Amino acid sequence: MHAVRIAGAGSTAFSASPERTGRDLFGEAARIAIEDSGVPRADIDRLCYGNFAGTVTERQGHQGPLMAEAAGVTAPATRYESACASGGVALRSGVEAVRSGAVDVVLVGGMERMHNVTTERATEGLAMAADDLYESRAGVTFPGAYALMARAYFEEFGGTRADLAAVAVKNHRNALGNENAQFQREISTTDVLEAPTVADPLGLYDACPITDGASACVLVSEEYAENHDLNASVSVTGSGQGTDSLALQNRESLTRTPATERAAMVAYDDAGVAPADVDLLEVHDCFTIAEVLALEGLGLYDPGDAIDAATSGETTRDGDLPVNLSGGLKAKGHPVGATGVSQVVELTKLLRGDHVNSSAVPDASVAVAHNAGGTVASATVHVLEVRS
Amino acid sequence: MREPREEGYDDLLDALESDTGYYLSCPAGHGSLPPRQVCPRCGDELSEETLPATGAVVTFTEVAVPTPAFAGKTPVVLIADFGPVRLTGELLDGSDILEVGSEVVPTVASSPGGDRHVGFRLASER
Ligand SMILES: [Zn+2]
Repeated sequence: MHAVRIAGAGSTAFSASPERTGRDLFGEAARIAIEDSGVPRADIDRLCYGNFAGTVTERQGHQGPLMAEAAGVTAPATRYESACASGGVALRSGVEAVRSGAVDVVLVGGMERMHNVTTERATEGLAMAADDLYESRAGVTFPGAYALMARAYFEEFGGTRADLAAVAVKNHRNALGNENAQFQREISTTDVLEAPTVADPLGLYDACPITDGASACVLVSEEYAENHDLNASVSVTGSGQGTDSLALQNRESLTRTPATERAAMVAYDDAGVAPADVDLLEVHDCFTIAEVLALEGLGLYDPGDAIDAATSGETTRDGDLPVNLSGGLKAKGHPVGATGVSQVVELTKLLRGDHVNSSAVPDASVAVAHNAGGTVASATVHVLEVRS
Repeated sequence: MREPREEGYDDLLDALESDTGYYLSCPAGHGSLPPRQVCPRCGDELSEETLPATGAVVTFTEVAVPTPAFAGKTPVVLIADFGPVRLTGELLDGSDILEVGSEVVPTVASSPGGDRHVGFRLASER
């Protein structure tokens, strides 16, 4: 198996930018990542690109060729769609392509543009990640589905809205100074608790924002990095993916996320690491409860135990296990199809030492990225390690 | 109703409307909902079985920011456990006394947008 290095990484600013087209956003992220890598465009063998709702928001299908052109790349290009895990599955496909020896250089990335449509239309687009017949038609929205999971969690394990608020407060604080983050401002527990309800028990500040943006990474084989004298100190050493029933009603538990559990098991095994080896994580906190479920699914906490991880300070910047130092989806923003790649962009910088929050993890060598689709019917987990 | 009908799904809604709800079961007893060719858990063949008359609420929420199909409403949605299967749907009455564990009876509801979907009434209100 060929080892995979991250030669370059970049994102656009994450924001509300309704007037920027998807091709412009992805073109920028790809340009930054390619420049960061020092790899000539002609050497790129493949584009693996994630996007969720482009057929709804931009009425644009067949985005692979469009985005290859935007990146100035003539390699074969494919769009991957797994809702909010679109970026993660695109990344995984790129990792597998390099590992197999089929290619030496892959551009992976993702993009989402949603502010060019109304909030109602965006809500409808996001709801398409759920089961159309049995969930969306019955009125279950994306926040509604996570609210169903949050109430089930409170019923089974206890916990309060204040515990969830601590996740939001932590992630907003982490986004301070992250120039790409959508919200670079602190919020208080009171702000979270007093925000308008979106779907009880979840309020507006329990939810990540709607975001326009794109991210990209250049993956290369270790041989290519050595032969071209690239500065690529971060390696993707583990990759896993898991799938669960699409509809919540078809699952045995509403408080467990077996897709994450399966993806993590494969990725840890792949990398030869255990949960205790992990120094920092970017996890899929589309809602505050989602960060709790992710930490438990990843095996870092037992079921029912991650609810007060933020409250107790364990997952804050100065805690034993910093989670979402980028600000997470919650404050950095969630350009759906880009998120899985954006997590790896942030972790790469955190590990290389050129992230605004690198000082929080000076000795870190093992990082984990967790990307989830819908109500975690899809999940990818990637292990990143610093290699000399 | 959305045209054309959707086989399996609309058949189940028709059955719920006439209090003859059913679910699908494989020989091992794994419950599922139509349309299905095989059991989603083991791939075995399926037969139609009678859906229990009431289910117990597992979780619920009131959706304050609905999709366009529910414009002007804040639908209360819930998941109810019927034993072999769980069903997701909209609560049509009694949201003020709804709690986890409440018994609900399945029926059919329509969104303001016109689509049919699974609905529930509180068993205590019947
Ligand atoms: Zn079966």
